[in-house]
Amino acid sequence: MDNNMTFKPADYKNPQPVRWCPGCGDHAILNSLHKAMARLGVPPSQTAVISGIGCSSRLPYYMATYGFHTIHGRAAAIATGFKVARPDMTVWQISGDGDGLAIGGNHFIHAVRRNVDINMLLFNNKIYGLTKGQYSPTSARGFVSKSSPYGTTEDPFIPAELVFGARGNFFARSIDVELATTEEVLVAAATHKGTSVVEVLQNCVIFNNGIHNPITDREVRADRTILLRHGQKMLFGKNNEKGLVRDGFLLKAVTVGEDGYTMDDVLVHDAHTPSNFLHQQLAMMDGKELPLALGVIRDVDAPVYNEEIDAQIADIRGRKGFTSLRDMVLAGNTWTID
Amino acid sequence: MTDKTEVKTLDKVVVRFSGDSGDGMQLAGNIFTNVSAGLGNKVSTFPDYPAEVRAPQGSLSGVSGFQVSVGADVHTPGDLCDVLVAMNPAALKQNAKALRPGGVAIVDIDSFKEADLRKALFATDEPFKELGLDAQIVEVPVTTLTKAALADSGMDNKSILKCRNIFALGLVCWLFDRPLEAAVNMLRGKFAKKPAVFEANSKVLQAGYDYGHNIHASVSTYRIESGEPVPGVYTDINGNTATAWGFIAASERSGRPLFLGSYPITPATDILHELAKRKDLGVKALQMEDEIAGVCSAIGASYAGDLAVTSTSGPGLALKSEGIGLAVMAELPLVVVDVQRGGPSTGLPTKTEQTDLMQALYGRNGESPVVVVAPSTPTDCFTMAFEASRIALEHMTPVILLSDAFIGNGSSAWRVPEADELPVIKAPVYEGGEGYKPYDRDPETMVRQWGIPGTPGAEHRLGGLEKDFETGAISIDPANHERMVEARRRKVEMVAYDIPELKLYDCPDADTILVGWGGTYGHLRTAAQELAKEGRPVAFAHFNYINPLPRNTREVLSRFKRVIVAELNSGMFADYLQSKFPELEIKRINKVQGQPFLVGEVVAKVKELL
Repeated sequence: MDNNMTFKPADYKNPQPVRWCPGCGDHAILNSLHKAMARLGVPPSQTAVISGIGCSSRLPYYMATYGFHTIHGRAAAIATGFKVARPDMTVWQISGDGDGLAIGGNHFIHAVRRNVDINMLLFNNKIYGLTKGQYSPTSARGFVSKSSPYGTTEDPFIPAELVFGARGNFFARSIDVELATTEEVLVAAATHKGTSVVEVLQNCVIFNNGIHNPITDREVRADRTILLRHGQKMLFGKNNEKGLVRDGFLLKAVTVGEDGYTMDDVLVHDAHTPSNFLHQQLAMMDGKELPLALGVIRDVDAPVYNEEIDAQIADIRGRKGFTSLRDMVLAGNTWTID
Repeated sequence: MTDKTEVKTLDKVVVRFSGDSGDGMQLAGNIFTNVSAGLGNKVSTFPDYPAEVRAPQGSLSGVSGFQVSVGADVHTPGDLCDVLVAMNPAALKQNAKALRPGGVAIVDIDSFKEADLRKALFATDEPFKELGLDAQIVEVPVTTLTKAALADSGMDNKSILKCRNIFALGLVCWLFDRPLEAAVNMLRGKFAKKPAVFEANSKVLQAGYDYGHNIHASVSTYRIESGEPVPGVYTDINGNTATAWGFIAASERSGRPLFLGSYPITPATDILHELAKRKDLGVKALQMEDEIAGVCSAIGASYAGDLAVTSTSGPGLALKSEGIGLAVMAELPLVVVDVQRGGPSTGLPTKTEQTDLMQALYGRNGESPVVVVAPSTPTDCFTMAFEASRIALEHMTPVILLSDAFIGNGSSAWRVPEADELPVIKAPVYEGGEGYKPYDRDPETMVRQWGIPGTPGAEHRLGGLEKDFETGAISIDPANHERMVEARRRKVEMVAYDIPELKLYDCPDADTILVGWGGTYGHLRTAAQELAKEGRPVAFAHFNYINPLPRNTREVLSRFKRVIVAELNSGMFADYLQSKFPELEIKRINKVQGQPFLVGEVVAKVKELL
């Protein structure tokens, strides 16, 4: 960590006690966020953290920045208004899988489509925690919960797929316990101009403990996940012995040096390419046949909503030159009575 | 005007233009209104258009109307019209009842062929007789004459037919002695980018005028008296535009940038349209993905330090309820405009009602008080939008502005205020000093300080959870909750000391008072004046401030033996007043037809209750 930082992680941290359950994955994400903010160096007074409702949405109370804990599902819309009004502020928006993808699904996709410059953190624990254990829109088909005692009869959303469907330009993924990776992708998300979506696989220790274990357990994590970095080979495994290669239009995991595959066959990650074809395939890998992708999967520049609004205002004001409402009205159709 | 014509002098006249929704009746009506206002007349308009964008041509459901009252002392668009322009049989049939007995009906006789009569479901070939029309009927071959006027224009038939409305306008201008220069100027502005269309229309306008001149022997013409308006610069404005401009003025006088988060909904969409245009004044108007996002983006902008507004109609207000509750809890300034229409549900989207009063006052979960205000007239929309913004910003509270379709779409002449005529709005912005606590209140007004993001030292967390009265931290303490409920209630009540007292109009010494609120002002005030003329005097009071009520309300109303509340719903304001002042004997005049009051019906009903 850089010792010359203007701000320390503690400068973003509220002295109030954190009230999440002991062992909840949220604690780790909060720590990573404080560290990422310190690395970014944006003053707490220039930072706003806006959330909806749910366990994860309590996060603003644990910040020393500006914060707004709003209503269920609406954080993306509130953050959009905030950012358009105050493009000088850095805006973080915190949601869970229920808040962001169920009740707030509409606002989520439209914020991504508009490409407003906010950083969205999606805490995905595949369960409703605050209401004590109902299935969420990311729970797998057949998932048994209090509201699906015989298993769900519906398919889940895959958050990345929604982001690409909404023509998103930044998507990254991490796991709560991967503190360094979370910090790294949060910094990248904040640096990216436009809507950045960061999905963090988070463990709900009370109602869905171990839901991500098949991927995140220490013994299997190296083989079932891959950390993608722009410009680097797509390698994974305990000793980076495995890689991703093209297989027709699809991807395939191989061991370098086996079956005739060499390092030259292993793909190099290009997060900046405008086409989202390969990004989608990477993001859809689920840790079974192919490793679950972590890191920044897509990071592409595109016109930013709030900047376009400001540019249009500057242009039109420059051309019309009105200084006040009265000025504007008098330039139109009026008559004078003496 | 020639001496052969019978000239009647009137203190006001009512003209109704009607035709197919594609016939340009709104344009003809608007130009006539503007020309009259420019001559110093008072004007009041009522566009009456169908919900369908384009119903089948010539059908009864596709009739679009525009009524305007012009004169010296005009408060309403008038009950019945003196002159009806009907471009086809359907328009005549739909509007025949709106014509005063003995009035003038101008019809395009070219559109009264058998097929046209069938489309309008006439049973016979004698439409005037079938309708029992008691009128001077002026049969004008508008289509033929328009075609003749443009025979050499090189325009195609379809484009030529589009000018028929302007021929009718020219004829009406002759009838009311309106010089054509101003109308020509307006056409030039309207068709600035289509010089050929402008040329054609001004030619047809003149042709219509000349036609009137040539046939004048058979019709009476009118001279309209002018009042004595306040000197100044005037423009024609409808209520929705006035609302939008009121917000811009409030933004200028408060120094807070203006933000609108909205979603299109009839009849409120014109507020979004106008503010979207006003990027030339720095306004940020966002068309969001739904009504909820409209209010939520505004709440985000309000937290960020803007004057934040969301505009909607009744169904949208229902969707915004939870968001408004958040603004109540977070004590953020927010203006919610509800341009009321007929309900419930989708109801009568293009028609007017006052049926959202209870929703505005009480339509949220928990104890959730907000300020509710309502403009009286199209131009009053400017004043009350400014007032709603002033109260929201100075008292840190959501304010609901209850406009309606009648005044939102209606227009009248508006005097442009001078630069410093409006008061400065001073929001309680935290400017450093002692440590910032978000819920630190002024002990008297209960207003908290506004910590604008970006201010070092004012970092704070707001939210929908109950907060501690002192520290602003989350609190579930029972006594604290009650204290906060009381603080929020008292804050809104204290607004009563920052608004004008209730005014009495007309006959303050009568034993009966007629009471109204919001967009019914014109009809009720005129009814009170008519009653005085008939020797049945009543006092009149009109409420623009609904919650809180003006602080002298009880004192004023208790002076009268009878209080008659007239409103376009089943008695919501009457119930509200009764709940506040159980001792009053309140009688009611109610109408829920999607239509404004008629002065005549209010007069008759008041007489029944006297």
